[in-house]
Amino acid sequence: MNPTPSTPTPSTASSASGKPKLALYWAASCGGCEIAVLAINEKILDVAAAFDIVFWPCVMDGKVRDIERMPDGGIDVCLFNGGIRTSEQEYMAQLLRRKSKVLVAFGSCAHEGCIPGLANLSSREEIFQAVYGNGQSTENPQELRPQVQTHTPEGEILLPYFYDTLRTLDQTVPVDYYLPGCPPEAENIWKAIEAIVSGKLPPRGTVLGPTTTVCDECPRKRSEKKIQQFKRTWQTVPDEETCLLEQGLVCCGIATRAGCGALCPRVNSPCIGCHGPNVDVPDFGARMMTALSSVLDANTPEEIERILTEGIPDPVGVFYRFSLAASLLRRSRLRKKEVGPGGNGGNGANQPTGSPAVEKASAARR
Amino acid sequence: MTHPNGDSPNPEFEPKLIGFLCNWCSYRAADLAGISRIKYPPNMRIIRVMCSGRVDPTFVLEALAQGADGVMVAGCHPGECHYIEQNYKTMRRFYMLRQMLLQMGLEPERFQLVWASAAEGQQLADAVSKMVEEVRRLGPLQWPANWQENGQRLHALQAIVQEHQQAMEVSR
Ligand code: SF4
Ligand code: SF4
Ligand code: SF4
Ligand code: FES
Repeated sequence: MNPTPSTPTPSTASSASGKPKLALYWAASCGGCEIAVLAINEKILDVAAAFDIVFWPCVMDGKVRDIERMPDGGIDVCLFNGGIRTSEQEYMAQLLRRKSKVLVAFGSCAHEGCIPGLANLSSREEIFQAVYGNGQSTENPQELRPQVQTHTPEGEILLPYFYDTLRTLDQTVPVDYYLPGCPPEAENIWKAIEAIVSGKLPPRGTVLGPTTTVCDECPRKRSEKKIQQFKRTWQTVPDEETCLLEQGLVCCGIATRAGCGALCPRVNSPCIGCHGPNVDVPDFGARMMTALSSVLDANTPEEIERILTEGIPDPVGVFYRFSLAASLLRRSRLRKKEVGPGGNGGNGANQPTGSPAVEKASAARR
Repeated sequence: MTHPNGDSPNPEFEPKLIGFLCNWCSYRAADLAGISRIKYPPNMRIIRVMCSGRVDPTFVLEALAQGADGVMVAGCHPGECHYIEQNYKTMRRFYMLRQMLLQMGLEPERFQLVWASAAEGQQLADAVSKMVEEVRRLGPLQWPANWQENGQRLHALQAIVQEHQQAMEVSR
């Protein structure tokens, strides 16, 4: 999964004010990661003291043009949250990659797609249909859809183009570090910032976190028990001491990278996998399926299928809640006419050629 | 020739299948089919594993993500696994993975589980032939094409670059 970025080794001690420059950006995200940065509380003042914050659209005024005018590599560190769903987000990912010495995929959305990536179970047209078409609270008898290009007397108006498939940040541009979690916990954010400030960074491409699973941080008792059925969280109140998986709940702690201190199992709720796959796990869902197959006590196809249908009616949602976009298959299958470079999703002009510069810049990790 | 579902099969299309075959049974069955000159189509690339229980779902997903049109997993009959009950694990994994793949839009014919003992060369050859025909009828899978977007993506990116160049007077 880890690309070899082409940018030079970071040196965070360079800037006119003497302070390293920091940028924060959001793409297809919920905003939670922005709040998570503020959850480091008064330490945010230390961040402001240690860094010159040059760009943070959620919190302060700033212009993309100022970033465009900076020299390449002019930003020391960029914390980027959110996945890439639109052309504008891809443009910003490319811009910030070029301008930043260190680019951090911050939080699950940038790291592995997260909840916005679950929309990879639908096509662009299906998403538009749900949002602008026949949604419960939508009245749109003219079937209006946002257009990429609109002609007005004042000139052309452009809107970002919406992709069929959400990509992770590293499927779009090379990424230096990953900070997992939905959102990352305050201590881990602070640790990452300290590591960056002190220059004590692991090799590029590293996920900043432990290389064990949530189970290793979980205090619950395990006894290698087999289970007869999967229960859904609303069907049971689990006891507070036994492993939740052994109580029949699908707990993703077995596949998930540690680092949160097993927050969810500690409050009697199964881990749903927000820190992403543990190290050397290429596909989170595959790891979950392997693990669940080992604990399930059923030996005929009929029985297995019955248990699955009753207990895990939405396997993609359970096995890939956070990692669908980063999984080996990345998305559900599109209908034939929607597939591939020749297809036409419907809105805007269909002009197939891009400038060579753009093609080159976007050639990373596809 | 026409088909029950009305599609006419594309006789040109040669499906690429990947078969994960257990060393102790299905792989020997494939060997036996070869020695006995039992005819079956050459569309399946066979990967020998020490037990069907070794087939991690990752292997199957990787095969599909790299462009296979279908994947077969074959092992010893339930109760006859050399590693006692690993193939029951295989069975559970298979149905779990299958339900996931169906939700992702895969046709069930493209992912099959077959039990074949070392003596069942004919049965294995029949299963392979049947799967090749089923997948041929479905056509190419081309999973990676699903995330390739259409030409509008690059066009839209280029439009942003141009717009910003004009508005911001930046040089790139
Ligand atoms: S990782 Fe979670 S908290 Fe952060 S933007 Fe995505 S959904 Fe929100
Ligand atoms: S499966 Fe869940 S409850 Fe059980 S030990 Fe692991 S994290 Fe804890
Ligand atoms: S227990 Fe799992 S879902 Fe909960 S915070 Fe930790 S990694 Fe995320
Ligand atoms: S040894 Fe053949 S399936 Fe296990």
